[in-house]
Amino acid sequence: MSATQRLPWMTTPTEPVDVPTTSAGALDTHRRDFMKLLGMGGLLVAASTLGVRRLEASDAPFAPNAEPWEPHAYVRLGDDGIITIMCHRSEMGQGIRTTMPMIIADEMEADWATCRVEQALGDDKKYGTQNTDGSTSIRDFLPAYREAGATVRALLEDAAAKEWGVAVGEVRASNGAVVRTASGRSKSYASLVGTARTIPMPTKERVRIKTPSERRWEGKRMPSVDLVPMTTGTAKYGADMTLPGMKVAVISRPPVWGGTVLTVDDSLALKVAGVERVVRIPETPLPGAFFPLGGVAVIAKNTWAAIRGRDALRITWKGGPNATYDSTAYKATLLSSVRAPGKAGRAVGDVPKAMARAVKRVTAEYYMPHLSHAQMEPVVALAHVANGKVEVWAPTQSPQDARNAIAQYLKMDAANVAVHVTLLGGAFGRKSKPDFMCEAAFLSREVGAPVRVQWTREDDLRNSYLHSVAAHRLEAGLDANGTVTSWLHRSAYPAIGATFAPNVTGAEPDELTNGASDIPFDIPNMSVEICPAVAHTRIGWYRSVNAIHHGFAIGSFVDELAYAAKKDPADFLLGLLGPARVVDLSKAGLVAPASNYGATWADHPLDIARARNVVELAIEQSGWRGATLPRGKGRGIAMHRSFLSYVAMVVEVEVQPDGTVLVPKTTVAVDAGFIANPDRARAQMEGALIMAMSNLLTSEVTFAGGKVVQSNFRDYGVTRMRAAPHVVDVHLVASEGLPGGIGEPGVPPAGGAIANAIFAATGVRVRQLPVGKQLAGWQTRAAEGMRGGE
Amino acid sequence: MSTAPIALTVNGVRRTFDGDPTMPLLWYLRDELALTGTKYGCGISQCGACTVHVNGAPVRACQRRLQSLSDASVTTIEGLHPAGAHPLQVAWREIDVPQCGFCQSGQIMQAATLLAKITTPTDAEIDSAMNGHICRCGTYPRIRAAIKAAAEATR
Repeated sequence: MSATQRLPWMTTPTEPVDVPTTSAGALDTHRRDFMKLLGMGGLLVAASTLGVRRLEASDAPFAPNAEPWEPHAYVRLGDDGIITIMCHRSEMGQGIRTTMPMIIADEMEADWATCRVEQALGDDKKYGTQNTDGSTSIRDFLPAYREAGATVRALLEDAAAKEWGVAVGEVRASNGAVVRTASGRSKSYASLVGTARTIPMPTKERVRIKTPSERRWEGKRMPSVDLVPMTTGTAKYGADMTLPGMKVAVISRPPVWGGTVLTVDDSLALKVAGVERVVRIPETPLPGAFFPLGGVAVIAKNTWAAIRGRDALRITWKGGPNATYDSTAYKATLLSSVRAPGKAGRAVGDVPKAMARAVKRVTAEYYMPHLSHAQMEPVVALAHVANGKVEVWAPTQSPQDARNAIAQYLKMDAANVAVHVTLLGGAFGRKSKPDFMCEAAFLSREVGAPVRVQWTREDDLRNSYLHSVAAHRLEAGLDANGTVTSWLHRSAYPAIGATFAPNVTGAEPDELTNGASDIPFDIPNMSVEICPAVAHTRIGWYRSVNAIHHGFAIGSFVDELAYAAKKDPADFLLGLLGPARVVDLSKAGLVAPASNYGATWADHPLDIARARNVVELAIEQSGWRGATLPRGKGRGIAMHRSFLSYVAMVVEVEVQPDGTVLVPKTTVAVDAGFIANPDRARAQMEGALIMAMSNLLTSEVTFAGGKVVQSNFRDYGVTRMRAAPHVVDVHLVASEGLPGGIGEPGVPPAGGAIANAIFAATGVRVRQLPVGKQLAGWQTRAAEGMRGGE
Repeated sequence: MSTAPIALTVNGVRRTFDGDPTMPLLWYLRDELALTGTKYGCGISQCGACTVHVNGAPVRACQRRLQSLSDASVTTIEGLHPAGAHPLQVAWREIDVPQCGFCQSGQIMQAATLLAKITTPTDAEIDSAMNGHICRCGTYPRIRAAIKAAAEATR
């Protein structure tokens, strides 16, 4: 796994499926082989973006020797009428286990009551990428899902036509049956499976995707498939997996990144009732990538014994090269870094000259600390190594990466590693890294029994792959009309790449294309630069990734400029976006290649009309132009394009006298192209706002002596019910356009909008996060802050 | 006390436990009884994911040791309603509250004791009762709505 393959935010390539040469000879994507599936009791239809075909018997997912050709398989038709849809993406709260099946079942004209969802094993060759990250599940796979469903529908229509001996034009699928138009008689899908097996797959020309008016579920509300288990305690997450004879392991890991064990005294630990063994896990040399940090594992009969045993270990550690990492000092380092030129990601016009001519210049620096995902389920994995094979059950976002990492770690063939994906009790990027799964596999092999590795909350906070700390410096020149004529943006943050490769001295300019170098503003002179920042802890993907601090810094700075120009912030934002147009960044000064989230610029151009539309929608729906709010209340606005979607937010805050920030109402306007499951899209926006509140207001991971200072939710603050918004008014732009992301794009604009609302309410401009207690006494400090930009 | 088996009732079933009496109820439920609906989130009573009812009161199972539970009656999410159709469970599903779902057992158990005490809670009463529960997916607004819907349905 090279670092560059994963950068900058783990998007997938435009073509998500890498289909190797097939055993059926040359890859003819339109060829439809027919083969009976042996021992399946049904029919399996597989789909890839290259076509849909029935599988050969040897390709059946349960056949042990399914190599070498396996497309990703989505649909199984049972003779009992049960339709099983294989969900190849991980469910972590975004609703993919509902959205994917409803798209396929809709195209199939299935009866939803007969549909079941099965979670797919991790398998690169069968399913295409399963890396559930980068808000990609629908935006990369919608066409494949539709085609899979439409193909099965056509196949079943063909089967019915054959049984009746009529032309296919005389039949039509409807809600789990095929109807003969002339007579109105129908045959159930279940009754047609037998015939369907014996006929060729429909030709490509025969497969027709439904028109919007024919859709039954896509674009409408569909209750989530896991609601009953999730509300009755029967839903199974990683932590809930058990095997007979299973041991529980709790591990003491080096508190400093790259630290090592010097001495271990396990005598007390071994005296704890239920503790069976203490096992050393070797430290992985830096940077360590997806592999375990190493340390000392306590193996016990149950979780409580393992926790007590771990507490009783007496370990001395060697800190290593990062033992002096200190957040306060590092903040100064980052701020110093952004005060000098960096590598350009975008360069337009002549910034120094334009700055010199500006009537007014505004400069501001912003800082955002490390964040921890703090997903509610601390990472956990169950592994069983036996007879040369590894089987793992875990809440993983990326079963394929996990499979490959485990194989590499244990020096085994990946074919002998099976990764089962459980429900994920939150993930937010943390569970895209399989280090914890490698630990479980290693320990199971050592112990000769199934082992579940349970991380405590403290472990999860202290040994995570944190969201990068970041500093930004923005400077703008304005003319006499308050129009921005020059823009200089320098940022510094340790790179995710530093987790994967040695000697990484900072992020690369292409990481600026998460809403910094690809900003949609109409400014004639721009320089967007990235400055050095060395990593001293594991950095990883965290929901929305660098767009979080890009969104906060840029969203805040635009607001500061509006006040400096004495203009309404919303009007000013629209002015900065400029006229509706498509911006060709290749002709607008882009220096580093912009990945555009793995999509092509032709499919997903930077479209200012869409950006303006969501801003205008948010203005209109929020009552922005209405009565001004009393002191202590305020509205803030921001817009950010990320993960191919455009999101504008107007956040209304109420700042209490003690500085507590409440968010009574927020208006969200989203243009994410076609939205398959609008209720889940709304839920993602609600959640994004609330996560952004944590990011802005309360959360911070700091380091002293190379170690994380915080330990648990007592000192790692997150948004709770009392501060939670009362109204989150989400407006989804109706669109048949190519889908963009949904899970992440709501977070970045919320950062700026919240900060701007705080300024509107209090006159205090918060540039150093988290807000924390900075607003205490705001009523007496307001005058000082009212200057806006400095 | 520490050596005598501890007898208690869990979801109406009599149980005895003769293991480590300092074991928190959370791990007893999860590891010994395989009642995994009760979740581990923090272990220090900060997140509420492990909330169960002990003699009808909401308790953080991570903090309640077995030695203090002799003759206690424990109800977990699995035992809240025989058909999983407590008004809160119904409302949770109607409003599609869960995202990842991990914290929801604790949220529902806490809300059930709120509604048992206050049939029509205000926003402030809901916020106060539910503030000890963390949901990182951010389902709070829907939780509020579902509690109100359940209250409405049971009136």
